[in-house]
Amino acid sequence: MRDFWKRFRYNRGAVIGLVILAIVILAAILAPVLFPQSPWKMVQRPFLPPFTQDGLPLGTDALGRDVLSGLAHGAYVSLLVGLVSTIVALAIGVPVGACAGYFAGRVDDALMRFTEFFQTIPSFALAIVLLAIFQPSLTFVIIAIAVVSWPPVARLVRGEVLSLRTREFVEAATLSGLGNTQIILRHILPNALPPIIVLASLMIAQAILLESSLSFLGLGDPNIMSWGYMIGAARTVIRTAWWLSFLPGMAILLTVLALNLIGEGLNDALNPRLTRKSE
Amino acid sequence: MLKPKNIAAAMMALALSGALAGAATAQDGEPQSGGTLNVVMQPEPPGLMLGLIQNAPTQMVSGDIFESLMRYNFDLSPEPQLAESWEISDDGKTYTFKLRQGVVFHDGEPFTSEDAKWSMDVFLRENNTRTRTYLEHVESIETPDDHTLVFNLKQPFGPFLGIFEAGTAPMLPKHIYDTDDHANNPANNKPIGTGPFKFKEWSKGSYIHFVKNEDYYMDGLPYIDEVYYHIIPDAASRAVAYETGKVDLLPGGAVENFDVPRIRDMDNTCMTEKGFEYFAPHSWMWVNLNNPPLDDVKVRRAMMHALDRDFARDALWNGLGKVATGPVSSATKFYDADTPDIGYDPEKAKALLAESSYNGETIRLLGMPYGETWTRWAEAVKQNLIEIGMNVETIPSDVAGWNQKIADRDFDLAFTYIYQYGDPALGVSRTYMGDNAEPGSPWNNVANYQNAEMDKLWDEAALMADPEARAVAYKTIQDQIVSDVPNLWLLELGFPTIYRCNIKNPVNTAFGVNDGFRFVWIDQD
Repeated sequence: MRDFWKRFRYNRGAVIGLVILAIVILAAILAPVLFPQSPWKMVQRPFLPPFTQDGLPLGTDALGRDVLSGLAHGAYVSLLVGLVSTIVALAIGVPVGACAGYFAGRVDDALMRFTEFFQTIPSFALAIVLLAIFQPSLTFVIIAIAVVSWPPVARLVRGEVLSLRTREFVEAATLSGLGNTQIILRHILPNALPPIIVLASLMIAQAILLESSLSFLGLGDPNIMSWGYMIGAARTVIRTAWWLSFLPGMAILLTVLALNLIGEGLNDALNPRLTRKSE
Repeated sequence: MLKPKNIAAAMMALALSGALAGAATAQDGEPQSGGTLNVVMQPEPPGLMLGLIQNAPTQMVSGDIFESLMRYNFDLSPEPQLAESWEISDDGKTYTFKLRQGVVFHDGEPFTSEDAKWSMDVFLRENNTRTRTYLEHVESIETPDDHTLVFNLKQPFGPFLGIFEAGTAPMLPKHIYDTDDHANNPANNKPIGTGPFKFKEWSKGSYIHFVKNEDYYMDGLPYIDEVYYHIIPDAASRAVAYETGKVDLLPGGAVENFDVPRIRDMDNTCMTEKGFEYFAPHSWMWVNLNNPPLDDVKVRRAMMHALDRDFARDALWNGLGKVATGPVSSATKFYDADTPDIGYDPEKAKALLAESSYNGETIRLLGMPYGETWTRWAEAVKQNLIEIGMNVETIPSDVAGWNQKIADRDFDLAFTYIYQYGDPALGVSRTYMGDNAEPGSPWNNVANYQNAEMDKLWDEAALMADPEARAVAYKTIQDQIVSDVPNLWLLELGFPTIYRCNIKNPVNTAFGVNDGFRFVWIDQD
């Protein structure tokens, strides 16, 4: 563990990413404490520019709502969507990839054709279609994002499992009479974990972007204040109140950037040999 | 309503309004002839034959080509157009119109009472459902001579004098349309009327081009030589078209509300809210009275007092329009300003809610899918209601879903807005009468407001001949409905017509640009 942290720290970008992410997480956790009032509450006159009113450091939006409060509550939504949808995507993608890689043959063929079916449809278009079919509530937004983002997980896990299943330790496990489930769960997956973790950190970033894009288009949950919604609502006044789109846009940019940096750091830390080779 | 003894007064009023128009002209300088008017329109109409097609873009260009017997001032009082004068019998059942002499259609044939009779009795009865409903009150139409038209009504019908506008009762050429197949008449592609402009060309997807009617019967009119209606499907592109000078006139609703302040503040740009008096778009939220606790009048009153409608008007509608005081728009006839107060008062709202049967139920709010303004408005309303202690959830929807949900009554509160057509009997009663509440339509009594006494009064008021008696009846109705709050009235919507200031007089009747550009002139200095 100490080694891990040392290698991670070696990548300065990753540390910066971690700091930014910590701030975002802190904002999300403290939002209900710092801004106990709903972010939808109309508190002042509309279109107050930033830094002009005490208590409203980032001004107000088209309906006089506190922009800072919206950003803080939006952080919670973004992180929640990113995290939960990634967990759901992993829950679909890992078993599919593991089975395909381990059993190979017809099972592999069937599962991979199924995966490719999802991969051939542009993920954003599929998410829009799914939300058009279901009600755009937070639950369905998360499900839609998970449904469009599991195929890369499945393919990655399949590749890892495929290369691990012929190793000696797997053969030894087979010879000692362990069942397939045991072998996959106990022996193969733990060894395939590092690349999955790296991918997951990037998937969170991807999910945050997807949720923002959907909310921007008005396909998000209309009862929830998110960054994408804030930009979508402000885009029509971008010529007169640019900061209303700029601030949540920066929030998305920094959060996604932070997650990408962390992903890189994790990659360095978890695959030390790979890193040294590339340097 | 005009009785013979009132004719003199009417003529006085006419002379007076003429004088006012004259004064306006003097202020703007002498009218100049010539010039081209570029107007934006959207979407592209399916056709221009107003007798057959009733949608908004057709109505908008129609006033240049087709005319009716009258036009209507901002206060909805009638002025002569194809009719020179009219008389109403004392019992309110006979209307006699004297038609103008020397009027010719665009093909040179004269316009006579026979054309007028045939238009109303045959063509419009057959092809225009709204006109057909109005004409059900007509027993027979007579033409004693070429320039006299007499309507004999079955019983007095209060709003009758309000239906003679180009959209409802266009005067069509009998000699062209007296065939079996109206829908496929070749003249549909080159419409022929009596109006100030003639159809010249329609370049599909691009523009419709009208030219001056040199034989127009009003002396010296129209002033302008040509009118182009540019078809631009996207609202942002329409705003840009004005900014770059491609078009000079943006009819109400042509650009999004949030673009209005920017365009309004441009150089040489004028704006008017007038020209929507006849349609009087009235916005409100349906309250689904079938769903408890919304059947409790205290809950509805609490919600009504919770709504900050001044804020909505100022923040979302650029300060245009008026806060509605009840079911009837202040532009519509028989509007009663003196109804029970329904203004913003959150404290009163909380008190009423505490006394009511409301118990924390989640209220499902259906916004209108007509763009940003309506989305923001639903958010503001939701917040207003949350602040008095209600639980509100927004139901997302697209246009088709909105129509479906309203028709199926699948909501608790739902935004809408509806035209009033100048008279409570034409545009208001339909959304409050008990027998007009069948699910399946999004435009009838959606709330399912049931009040047998009011139903009876609505029926009686429509069939009264005496306007004063009608006013009394409508006052009673408005008082009762406002205290029952079956709907939550929002705003009398204000749609701005934006134009370059050197275009003079673009909106001169209660129909705005729909009424054609016969009095419009362009200052070319």
